[in-house]
Amino acid sequence: MNKIDLVSRRGFLGNVFSAGALVLGAEALPARAAASQNTATAWQPSVYLGIETDGGVIIVAHRSEMGQGSRTSVPMILADELDADWRRVRIEQAIGDPRYGRQDTDGSRSIRDFFTPMREAGATARLMLIRAAAEQWGVPPTECESDLHTIVHHPTHRRLGYGELATAASKLAVPKKEELHFKPKSSWRYIGKGVPSYDLAALGNGKAIFGMDARVDGMVYASIEHPPVFGGKVKSYDDKEALQVAGVSRTVPIPPFTPPAGYQPLGGIAVIADNTWSAFQGRKKLHIEWDHGPNQTYNSSEYKKELQETVHKPGKVLRNEGNVDAGFANGGKIVEADYYVPLLAQAPMEPMVAVADYRDGKLAVWAPVQSPQWVQEYAAKQLGITKEDVTCHVTLLGGGFGRKDKPDFVLEAAVLSKQIGKPVKVVWSQQDNIKFSYYNACCALYMKAAVGENGRPTAWLQRSVFPPIPSTFILNAVYGDAGHLGQGWTDMPFDIPNLRVENGPAKPHVRIGWMRSVAAIYQVFAIQSFADELAHLAGRDPLDFLLDLIGKPRILDLTKTEYPNFGAPYNLYPIDTGRLRRVTELVAEKAEWGKRKLGKRSGLGIAAYQNTLSYVATVVEVNVDDQGNIHIPRVDTAVDAGTIVDPDRVRAQMEGSAVFATSIVRNGEITATNGVIDQSNYHDYRVARISEAPYQTNVYLVDSDAPPTGVGEPGIGPCIAAFCNAIFAATGKRIRDLPIGEQRLI
Amino acid sequence: MIRLKVNGIARQFDGDPAMPLLWYLRDLLQLTGTKISCGIGICGTCFVHVNGEPVHSCVTSMKRVDGKEILTIEGLSANGDHPVQQAWMQVRVPQCGYCHSGHIMRAVALLKNKPNPTDRDIDEAMEGNICRCGTYQRVRQAIKLAAGVKA
Repeated sequence: MNKIDLVSRRGFLGNVFSAGALVLGAEALPARAAASQNTATAWQPSVYLGIETDGGVIIVAHRSEMGQGSRTSVPMILADELDADWRRVRIEQAIGDPRYGRQDTDGSRSIRDFFTPMREAGATARLMLIRAAAEQWGVPPTECESDLHTIVHHPTHRRLGYGELATAASKLAVPKKEELHFKPKSSWRYIGKGVPSYDLAALGNGKAIFGMDARVDGMVYASIEHPPVFGGKVKSYDDKEALQVAGVSRTVPIPPFTPPAGYQPLGGIAVIADNTWSAFQGRKKLHIEWDHGPNQTYNSSEYKKELQETVHKPGKVLRNEGNVDAGFANGGKIVEADYYVPLLAQAPMEPMVAVADYRDGKLAVWAPVQSPQWVQEYAAKQLGITKEDVTCHVTLLGGGFGRKDKPDFVLEAAVLSKQIGKPVKVVWSQQDNIKFSYYNACCALYMKAAVGENGRPTAWLQRSVFPPIPSTFILNAVYGDAGHLGQGWTDMPFDIPNLRVENGPAKPHVRIGWMRSVAAIYQVFAIQSFADELAHLAGRDPLDFLLDLIGKPRILDLTKTEYPNFGAPYNLYPIDTGRLRRVTELVAEKAEWGKRKLGKRSGLGIAAYQNTLSYVATVVEVNVDDQGNIHIPRVDTAVDAGTIVDPDRVRAQMEGSAVFATSIVRNGEITATNGVIDQSNYHDYRVARISEAPYQTNVYLVDSDAPPTGVGEPGIGPCIAAFCNAIFAATGKRIRDLPIGEQRLI
Repeated sequence: MIRLKVNGIARQFDGDPAMPLLWYLRDLLQLTGTKISCGIGICGTCFVHVNGEPVHSCVTSMKRVDGKEILTIEGLSANGDHPVQQAWMQVRVPQCGYCHSGHIMRAVALLKNKPNPTDRDIDEAMEGNICRCGTYQRVRQAIKLAAGVKA
């Protein structure tokens, strides 16, 4: 075992660096830390930087890489402020450890949360290198500057490399934050320009190590037959035939979870073998009698009706402005619409997989996880050890989309390794992936407006009902949590005098979790579709109408609403409708809205929203051919994500978001019959292929000095709505129930 | 005994002849560049070449490759510098990258048969390769770049 094994022996950061290296921790500086040699374990940093005496720079990537690029772009920020030569930077993937700060890679937060700490770490090290050089030369530090991996004394043209200065710098006092000088934007080498992914070559030649590729000596393979119905249990089983399969050594029952499910293993029977395929074959030969438990009466079509009934009853009021009921009573035209989005599965290409090695009361795991600290916490709880006894090595993730935040599959490997006394690799199939996800909630949404002059709403009611994510962790949780209701629901940006936002209760029958963009998938779909419906009813241009609804530039006042703002301070990151307007106008201009010549059964749709603190507006062009096939020749997306670190990766995220949105609209649907998930693989849970994806997605970035915001997720909601609005423009068919599936459009 | 060549090296296999080539490559030879996803031959993640033709290694049994020559991503070029791999890097195609050895192996086979592919040729050839990150537009761009076709 090559790469992974090396990481395991290193443990926490100190050992990565050779003696004499300058080691700094970002968050702990300057308050707590003193730079010194290899004593870093005494610090509590979020990110580490090491400069070796040969000039090698090591930056620890503490966030998980699943295609979004943060394993490269976060260290790149530090390298820029350090004025380091990127070619001499080596990136080391962090194990899980709270000393790195928040490692949970979700919420499109990597750049947003670590832009400043990374710059501080880089600037601190650079200043220390300058001081070390000045001391050596006996000159004032103010006469010295950094110049790509060297410190230069301009008056005498002397130069010293970072490696030559590392040992001396490590002995200096750590400067205070007030002493730091940050590079001006005009001197940025990498920020705003970008560098190719650190792993690019390895991804193209097969050498990159994903979770599926992890291996440790003496490892056995496990495939698990889970209860087909969520909450079911094994009544009895017969493994005689399974044990006949060549390569199968034994079976191991995994006990059912104690509700609420959280991240506990689902239970079932594991088949242990000396290779993956034998484990899969053995599993097929198991005979299991199940007690299907309380969810065996769950049918998703009936459940949909229940949600649709609940959504027509008064719900919990989340935001209330003016007087909506009076607004409706005052007359004007009343418009109502119901929308529905089904359960969705993340379906990353790499199924769930984990290697666990339990011995002597300690657990080591190697896994493609979004949150290694959660692995520590929950695996420890599952095994009855402390989280300090759990070492979690993070591999590359073959897609995550939120699924790999939930470490249930890692806990399975941990439980099995403890039980059989060997390292175990648990390998899920894609079928397991689809059938045993933490699904994005299905959601019924009800919209009602009283329409006045120019078709403009004078009163607006919106109500959503969906089984909430907290239900996976808290028994009897039935209402949405403020965080997810804040993704396009409580933060409704339209300028309407009488507004009420509600949420109704729903009980889950499956594990509900988050998927890329989460609640914005259904909430933005409903609001932005309804806006488009109102525009057409009024006979107005959807772009003009949307801008009219967004209204004048202003900061949304959400002080009377529980609104967590993605964990960011509202004064720093307020919802600014001016920025929403700007991306809407920009995308309309670039997409030549109203000017483009379109063919038969072709149309443009537009939508705009803010999510993960970014503003995104999207125009989708749809063409429906004579056979009824939908084509997407072009998508245009404008993004205001504040300061951009790597423009190409932002574009890539928006291109990918457009495809992800396409999959949701075309065929995204998980259903259940008698508690069993009906879908099983990419043939019946279809995701967009090359001919179904947008042919071309053009991305326009707003040039901004505002603090950076997230880009992994906010492109999806607007694209879903713009796609459906374009279908209406092209065909006159309004999509209120997702997905389109087999529905005929002509 | 099944005899085959993998990336030019002669190999013998005396296990279950029904075992798919994919697991032989991954678990026995530790050639993990070839990835598993759907396991039923519909997503293209596991493409390798068997006697020059792209096949789904996840549903191709060892007995069907007896006497055959297998090429995996590891054997495509000595330094990862096959023109398709170079184009992939230049266009910065991969996001998570998990499905891309399959994409690259399929694209190499396409260009062997159609050195100047049209959009339609590319769609037809690559339709069998799923990328959940959604890199299709760059896949198309990279194939055209590798082919020297003006994108």
